[in-house]
Amino acid sequence: MKHISEEQFVLLYYGESTEAAAIDRHLAECETCRSEFRTLQLVLNTVDSAPVPERGAEYGNVVWKRIEKRLGARKRSNFRHWWIWAPAMAALLVAVFLAGRLTTKPAAPEMAKNKQIRERILLVAVGDHLERSQMVLAELSNAPDHQGKLDITDERAMASELLDDNRLYRQTARSTGDAAVANVLDDLERVLLEIAHSPTEVSSGQLDDLRQQIEERGLLFKVRVLGSKVREQEVAPATQKDKKL
Amino acid sequence: MEVEAGGAVDRARAGDSDAFRLLVEQHSRSIFRLAFRMTGNEQDAEDVVQETFLRAYKQLDRYEARSSFSTWLFRIASNYSLDLIRMRKRHEDKRERGSDEERDILQSIPMDTPGPDRIVYGAQVRDRVNAALNELSPQERTAFVLRHFEGQSIEEIGAALGTGSNATKHSIFRAVQKLRKNLEPVVGQAR
Repeated sequence: MKHISEEQFVLLYYGESTEAAAIDRHLAECETCRSEFRTLQLVLNTVDSAPVPERGAEYGNVVWKRIEKRLGARKRSNFRHWWIWAPAMAALLVAVFLAGRLTTKPAAPEMAKNKQIRERILLVAVGDHLERSQMVLAELSNAPDHQGKLDITDERAMASELLDDNRLYRQTARSTGDAAVANVLDDLERVLLEIAHSPTEVSSGQLDDLRQQIEERGLLFKVRVLGSKVREQEVAPATQKDKKL
Repeated sequence: MEVEAGGAVDRARAGDSDAFRLLVEQHSRSIFRLAFRMTGNEQDAEDVVQETFLRAYKQLDRYEARSSFSTWLFRIASNYSLDLIRMRKRHEDKRERGSDEERDILQSIPMDTPGPDRIVYGAQVRDRVNAALNELSPQERTAFVLRHFEGQSIEEIGAALGTGSNATKHSIFRAVQKLRKNLEPVVGQAR
């Protein structure tokens, strides 16, 4: 058997080698490989010395206190994996809304019920969407000052992904009469579009332009505020669901 | 423990917030350890812990008892950590191009302390380990942490991160290669 490769040693170290017996036999005979494997073991054992700050027995309770208010009341969904369908449902709602305008008007109680459902689905989907958008905006706003080019490949890709959803939510918000939501999404869309169409590497001047657009519109703040309001509405009791954002 | 957690999951799904509190109390410390090893930053790790439980709460209907609840939480935490460190890394002034600089940082951490025991267990070694871990790409670090510290199999990691076994294996190989390159001088002195 020829000498053992580093990959084979790694798999052996982690107990995932399919040829452990053959490697063991080779190690028994080959001092070079034994030495190699010893070094690898020492290196990987040394990694264990990386310190992790301790958290005491009360830590779980501390975490609970931090998140408790943000959880709200839990309501079981009738749909399993409903979030997968949220963007599609938002699209469907847009279609239903538009179709509704061209056909007969439903009776008043039914209209109110439909409106509630529409708002509920929109809130959940928009909440997730805003969270992701906020991440992109915050990363660009907080990027350190740099010389030369800054790689924004990830932000650019995420902005492209978010754009399609944003259009749907904006149109849906407009159609359900949520002007405040629609306006923020409108602003957000312009900036997402800019980010998506930026080069993968931007100069400090280009980054400043993007930051300026975010700042001029107060976008990060608006998205944060809207995001929290949406989350509050998501978990609000039924009596408050009709309240506009 | 998992049996208890299973009961708590069912109760939490049904809207019992005390049951979810039990799950938070039970798993917070292990999620923090995982998140800290992935992000290398205490504040980020705290964010990951909170976000993991918020997402888990929202997605409880999605949890299927085929895997343990802790594995499911780890999956949420590792994916969120991965997103976070990817974003952070992008702004650390281009790691690839800055690798010379990082190597300089590694070199600047002194190694010449008196005895081997002090070298292996001393603060300087820990600093070097941290610096070496920081040099891994987000994908490499995530795969390595899950394999090395959390004992997850390559197949499990590939499934959790959606990267598949082969890519995961190569991420781990690359991670070990980099760690070895940076830590071998320390280990060499300790031998």
